[in-house]
Amino acid sequence: MATGTVTRFEASLDRLDVGWTHATTDEFESVLADVATEPAVGTPLPFDVALPDWVNTTPTPADLDEATTGVTAAALGIASYGSVVLPSTTAGGEPVSLFPDLHVAVVRTSDVVPGMPEAFEWFGPEFREGDHSSAIIATGPSATADMGELVTGAHGPKAVHVVMLDE
Amino acid sequence: MSKSRADKAARIRRLLDTEGEAVKSNTRGFNQGRYDSVAKLESYEELKDRARAIKEDAIERLPELIDELTQTIEENGGTVYVADDAADANRYVREVCREKDADRVVKSKSMTSEEIEVNEFLEADGIEVVETDLGEWVLQVADESPSHIVAPAIHKSREGIARLFNETFDPDDELETAKELTMFARERLLEKIKGADVGMTGANFVTADTGTIALVTSEGNARKSAVVPETHVAVAGVEKVIPAVEDLQPFVELIGRSGTGQDITSYVSLLTPPVDSPTVDFDDPDTPIAADGDRDFHLVLIDNGRFDMREDEQLKETLYCIRCSACSNVCANFQSVGGHAFGGETYSGGIATGWEAGIEGLDTAGEFNDLCTGCSRCVDACPVKIDIPWINTVVRDRINRGTDHEFDWLVDGLTPDAEAEGVDLQKRFFGNFSTVASVGSALAPLSNWVASTDVSRRLLASTLGVDARRDLPSFERETLVDWFESRGPRVSASEAAREAVLYPDVYTNHAMVDRGKAAVRALEALGVHVRVPDVPSSGRAPLSQGMLATAEEHAHDLYAALAEHIDAGRDVVVIEPSDLAMFDREYEKFLAPRSHERLSEGSYEVMEYLYGLLENGADPDALRGPPATDPGVAYHAHCQQRTLGLAGYTEAVLGDLGYDVVTSDVECCGMAGSFGYKSEYYELSMDVGSELEAQFSTRETRHRTVVASGTSCLEQLDSLLARPSRHPVQLVAPGEN
Repeated sequence: MATGTVTRFEASLDRLDVGWTHATTDEFESVLADVATEPAVGTPLPFDVALPDWVNTTPTPADLDEATTGVTAAALGIASYGSVVLPSTTAGGEPVSLFPDLHVAVVRTSDVVPGMPEAFEWFGPEFREGDHSSAIIATGPSATADMGELVTGAHGPKAVHVVMLDE
Repeated sequence: MSKSRADKAARIRRLLDTEGEAVKSNTRGFNQGRYDSVAKLESYEELKDRARAIKEDAIERLPELIDELTQTIEENGGTVYVADDAADANRYVREVCREKDADRVVKSKSMTSEEIEVNEFLEADGIEVVETDLGEWVLQVADESPSHIVAPAIHKSREGIARLFNETFDPDDELETAKELTMFARERLLEKIKGADVGMTGANFVTADTGTIALVTSEGNARKSAVVPETHVAVAGVEKVIPAVEDLQPFVELIGRSGTGQDITSYVSLLTPPVDSPTVDFDDPDTPIAADGDRDFHLVLIDNGRFDMREDEQLKETLYCIRCSACSNVCANFQSVGGHAFGGETYSGGIATGWEAGIEGLDTAGEFNDLCTGCSRCVDACPVKIDIPWINTVVRDRINRGTDHEFDWLVDGLTPDAEAEGVDLQKRFFGNFSTVASVGSALAPLSNWVASTDVSRRLLASTLGVDARRDLPSFERETLVDWFESRGPRVSASEAAREAVLYPDVYTNHAMVDRGKAAVRALEALGVHVRVPDVPSSGRAPLSQGMLATAEEHAHDLYAALAEHIDAGRDVVVIEPSDLAMFDREYEKFLAPRSHERLSEGSYEVMEYLYGLLENGADPDALRGPPATDPGVAYHAHCQQRTLGLAGYTEAVLGDLGYDVVTSDVECCGMAGSFGYKSEYYELSMDVGSELEAQFSTRETRHRTVVASGTSCLEQLDSLLARPSRHPVQLVAPGEN
């Protein structure tokens, strides 16, 4: 992964008004505490870091309703668009990333790819033979212009923050 | 004006008044967004080519891909049902709902479900159906139909929605801002989603290799609708199937940009149902969510006329459509009056005629098909390169042949067209305009005087629907061909740098003779040996009326008349951009491939040709530059000229000669050939034109000399502005010596 790709990812996130922070594995917990608010729900991360105790990883529907932050892993970052790829998981990555007002996506810095062609090189084999069969390409917060002007937080999160994990 | 014309005019006027403003600002915003967004895309043309190729291949192999998809989805644990028509699809969906004992279905926006009217069908069975897309929900509350493929409530203003919500729901605090309205809808719809038994979505694409459904949204309602309830039903036209996951890539990069002008929508869901996500049962709020394998998935693939379209050489391209709405947003008429004026049962705007003709039949497609003026601005906008004006022309031709009119005898003598009986009188009049013009010139100036009398205007209005508020073209007694014959060429063939045939189109030859003379002088000034032969008209007029047989006859005759000139190495120079566009595009359908290629490659727009001569060393001083106190030029490029990418030549020639040029960027002048003459469309034509008028009436432009490339544009500009307009070649041509 070239540094240029990550720089481009950061610039794309800036353009989308999506916050971003880098974190080493050691820093991860404190970075997360800075960007997230409680009550928080989350799904276990498939990386070398674990979610702290204050993130509820076995949420009930009521917890989802009350949570202000949802923390999930992203399989990829897509630099040209500032998108994160959110695989659908049995642990509930989809509802956790969808219901709370703030979604915090954790992506390994090494998983940031330059563009959509590279992302689809991942999707094809992954969907046919890999662990995941579904994913969301999420770009910025949910939004609508149906009510006369652009408003964020139509049905999904009102804000997104990306934590890049420098493993 | 006849009753049906008066009714049509009144309906358009009402839509202009009630929905025009909201549609205008929204579609123009989307359209500008498209220009901005695709400009940033390095591989735009390549992506379009790939998207087109994937769709061509997929439609070609459709039965095979549906088999593969069915097998894949069944192996995944879902069900595929291929429904013959709307009723069949609805029965199946109702069956699924009955099995699930469903009281409520939450839906994500889908045009296919609009097409089959599944809501009404399920509601008749006692099931509550809730639209969760905010725009679609507004329409459900207001009991209105969508006016746009992507933004269904585009015709409603924020104030209108606030009034609707406040009256319907009587909230504690009156709703006013877009944010308040959005949050109100979000909360209300969340409650509906929480208690839903079935989630219904459409599908933008379905991949045969994995059974993955791609859903393109920004609100997140499709995600909630598909994942929260246990049962997911997706409805999609059979044409949505593409071979493999990788094939989604160009579409994901193109669809948002083409439609609303976003680089990408907030969410592109790639769901391979039944998905791994746990269902979220809000009836049991305290049990942790967990995937339990109870998910149920049904894909309903709908034929409803599509397999017949696939066999129809002309309508087949419609199936490549990815429903992005670019053709609507770029359409000048759509920008003014919105989708409700286009009519049809479900689809509206550019590509809708093809869909309505294929799905609903010609009667429905015929209702407002005339709103396509063939300006071709949608051709470059379409991410899968569908020739939308051609589809509209074909459908118009089929409608013509299917209708029956009683006044045919009135034009039969005057109009030697090749059409079957039954073509609308007004269409035959405009479609045979070359004959009208010949008679007009032969009888000028008497014909001009007669045509301008009150009695004639009333007759033209009542029989042919020619609006009395329009000035008619004034025919010249001496045609361009006659003038040139008596004048002769001033540059001999032996000393000429090049030889050119100036194509005398109907208007230049009979009415706008001066611009033809100017073209001759400009070409000769740059050392060209010019001929102006008496040749047939291109067939543009009958084509625009959907009179394909007549247009094709013109094409063969004209090619026959020009072939020897082309063989002799003479260039064909065309003044009227719509005729050049015809040679380039529509003639491909009429002529033998080699003939089309030779004519298309051998013909040039007049300013393009001057540009080429200057680039190859001709002396610019032989042309006329601006006077010392030049106020500058305000230039309006013809719509088809822009589509062909030719407008730049005029700007370059004028610029090189020292003119200061400002070019309009509105999509169209609103005239489009005969369109603005027709009484039922007069007001719409003027409304579209008002945008051009505004651009040429600012402090910066209002003193500039107005030039335009097309006849229609010139006529419309003359009716919009107090100062006269002319063709750019009239500006640069030296005076007669």
